[in-house]
Amino acid sequence: MSKKYLPLAATIAVFLAIFLIGGANYNNFLTTRVLGNILADNSFIIIAAIGATFVILSGGIDLSIGSMIGFVGVCMAVLDSMGWNPVATALVMLVFGILFGALQGYIIDFCNIQPFIVTLAGLFLLRGMCFMVTLDSVPIRHDWVADYASWKIGLPGKGVLRSSAIVMLVSLVVAIYIAHFTRFGSAVYAIGGDRESARLMGVNVRRTTVKIYALGGFYSALAGVVYALYTSSGYPLAGSTLELSAIAAVVLGGTLLTGGVGMVAGTLFGGMILGLISTLIIFNGSLNSAWILISSGVLLFAFIVMHRFLVSSFDLKGAK
Amino acid sequence: MSLKKIIAAAIVSSSAIIAGTASAQTIGFSQVGSEGDWRPAFSANMQETASDYGVDLKFANAQGKQEEQLRAVRAFIAQGVDAIIIAPVVVTGWDQVLQEAKEAEIPVFLVDRDVDVEDKSLYVTRISADFNLEGRLAGAWLAAESLGDCKIVELQGTTGSAPAIERNGGFQAVIDQFPAMEIVATQSGDFTTEGGKRVMEAFIKSTNNLEGICASFAHNDNMQLGAIQAMKEAGLNPGEDVLMVSVDYVPAIMDAIAAGDANASVELRSAVGEFIYPVILDYLENPRELDKWIVIPSDLHTAN
Repeated sequence: MSKKYLPLAATIAVFLAIFLIGGANYNNFLTTRVLGNILADNSFIIIAAIGATFVILSGGIDLSIGSMIGFVGVCMAVLDSMGWNPVATALVMLVFGILFGALQGYIIDFCNIQPFIVTLAGLFLLRGMCFMVTLDSVPIRHDWVADYASWKIGLPGKGVLRSSAIVMLVSLVVAIYIAHFTRFGSAVYAIGGDRESARLMGVNVRRTTVKIYALGGFYSALAGVVYALYTSSGYPLAGSTLELSAIAAVVLGGTLLTGGVGMVAGTLFGGMILGLISTLIIFNGSLNSAWILISSGVLLFAFIVMHRFLVSSFDLKGAK
Repeated sequence: MSLKKIIAAAIVSSSAIIAGTASAQTIGFSQVGSEGDWRPAFSANMQETASDYGVDLKFANAQGKQEEQLRAVRAFIAQGVDAIIIAPVVVTGWDQVLQEAKEAEIPVFLVDRDVDVEDKSLYVTRISADFNLEGRLAGAWLAAESLGDCKIVELQGTTGSAPAIERNGGFQAVIDQFPAMEIVATQSGDFTTEGGKRVMEAFIKSTNNLEGICASFAHNDNMQLGAIQAMKEAGLNPGEDVLMVSVDYVPAIMDAIAAGDANASVELRSAVGEFIYPVILDYLENPRELDKWIVIPSDLHTAN
């Protein structure tokens, strides 16, 4: 096994370990039903985290994810109440996500400002726009939405793969293709590894940066669409602090926050680990929900330390 | 220990387990979060009284997030609980998950807030207090105390919130029956002590030290406590010069009532397990159509 797969292997091992611990302690835990729930209930976090993986691989960060999810949701709900077709609204919102992300990427590269600050501005801007659109939770009542929600593929056992899980898995496959089989994907890793050498090697850094944030914006908006359809409503506070869960999923998935090292597939397992921890604590039923945050935090610490160790002892950055 | 004894013990203990699982109902409770004073007390009461009713309560706190509530409800369904209680974060977005609960034949009960679903058969009933009734009780007490002749200042809750709208509506409906009763000034104090103090200070200025005012009606105790402070600072005597009535019955207002600074408070119960569990257990034993809203009674407390 190539050493670049070590972080991914560690993530999958932790995922399986938590799943088995749950199965040993609680009835009905080690089932396809729970697996299907985790895929569906975390689909929007994982979709957003897939976009964030590209951003983080390039050495950047995107804090506007949660607000984008909230904004897309309220727009979908309000436009639905004005009689728009949800598919049309979804397409409009995806285009908006791409443009907004591209704008953030352009400002980051053109003005040479920290992505943290630019996307923090994006976070406030979009959240403020949510409140301009509506202050209430607005239902989405289109027939198509009810149909979408009822699509499912049966899994062996009682589990089902719900529509939001299917959308998530398809977008994951697309992202894996982009990351590992396109020139753009190699450019992302190159910029994250060493920006200057990437430039010297002939990577157009500005164009790539704009594309990276546009891709991030697309995935955030897609997460917003999935979230809105999943709850069949728009709520101006929806998705707050979700960007932090997405970043946590990326890091648990084995991507280095300093950029250049990581895999999109890991993000899937990172997101599922977060979901698994919540589910485990709900199954227990008597633990304070603060334990969800505490155990996620401890796990994050452990992973960051482990990555540090893997990078220094196996020279992962050079492996690319 | 002989083999016989071991087998006997095993039989006894396993039959005890079977008996235990047969009588104990597992109920999942998805709570909104832990904001304010009332909600944590409500959660604690639900957890503490569960064992009195032989209920194994699975408690999940959603930290104010709907996605966490949906996750909790799905986990309860996967776990195969006997019933699910939801105190919803928001009114929309429940159709799909309630449908899943229905397909799994798990009855769902709402407590506290309502949900906005097209198919009302997706939940059994909502068990909660009636804010409108609280307003009517306060109004009725004031009408009796003032013999139907009273000019009132009102400290409203957060503008547009359900408790503010409904407590005002219930109160107004009762005093409308009495021609000499009217609300002469009303303002929002946002349910906070500081807000109540600020609003009462404004009232004191605008009415020349509350001249001719016979009562202060606050939508919650915290605002009333702020109002009491403002009145004392202006040299007025709350509870004697002006009748003080509010809603919630928190410990601080009990002290104020005992000290004579406040006169009455309508209790918003946090100890509601004794109302909620019997309804659910009775339904599980004998499933049938229930009213879509079961009201938890409110009591008015005074000094005596």
